[in-house]
Amino acid sequence: MNLVQILFYLMAFITLGSALVVAISQNLVRSIFMFFVTLFGLAGLYVLALADFVAVTQIVIYVGGILVLILFAFMLSGKEALATAEQQTNRFISLNNLPAFLLAALFLVVMLNVVFKADLNNLQWVKAAIETKNVVPVDGTGINSIGVNLMTRYLLPFEAISVLLMIALVGAAHLSRKEAIKT
Amino acid sequence: MITLNDFMIVSVVLFCVGLFIIVSKKNAIQILIGIELMLNAAILNLVAFGKYDNANNGGQMFALFAIVLAAATTAVALAIILNVYRQYKTINPDKVNQLKD
Repeated sequence: MNLVQILFYLMAFITLGSALVVAISQNLVRSIFMFFVTLFGLAGLYVLALADFVAVTQIVIYVGGILVLILFAFMLSGKEALATAEQQTNRFISLNNLPAFLLAALFLVVMLNVVFKADLNNLQWVKAAIETKNVVPVDGTGINSIGVNLMTRYLLPFEAISVLLMIALVGAAHLSRKEAIKT
Repeated sequence: MITLNDFMIVSVVLFCVGLFIIVSKKNAIQILIGIELMLNAAILNLVAFGKYDNANNGGQMFALFAIVLAAATTAVALAIILNVYRQYKTINPDKVNQLKD
């Protein structure tokens, strides 16, 4: 058991544990902050999958952008929303949550079955990639090919997504204006 | 050595936790968090498979695009939640059940 494995299990434990706390917690603010921990754990898992750039993007966009947005929306929605959020006294496995719990558990069984049946480590293209040395190198030079690919092969999706992001942000700003236009 | 299976199992469990949150919670913001968890599980899959594609970086590129799209989705969804709260004075999706004022 080497260091990478220990780190992987640690990150997986942090991610799944904090995700479960998000699911169980009664307190909305606490679940939002545990979601923060989940995102950091996921960034660690991305690093272990040799995708450092995606991990940094995850931290910058999710933690810096989305989480702050969620906190702002929560604070703007006022005291009444907080009161109604805390009124629900459902524990993790109560009668109210039983259908949701059953659905999630059965789905988990089905998906795990699929994962184990698929026999992922013996996939044809994965073996071919390992044979032709088409694996992301461990020395951190994988980011070079990300930069080259982003400016050549994926240039059109890159531009399209930037325009889409601008449209979405303008639309969000328009939707959340204080005085809506009365028609 | 960490295999692909380990990443898949983590992402499957994460996906199911997200599904549980979406179905069981009575608060639009928490449901949004559940959707984000499911998206992150999918992105973890993309990144784990993207390790075996250094020439085109397909998996990592798609993960980047998915993260940016998630940011756009969240911004719009939170704006909608704010409007719903202003209109109905609640963000419980079960109680938002009429289209007209």
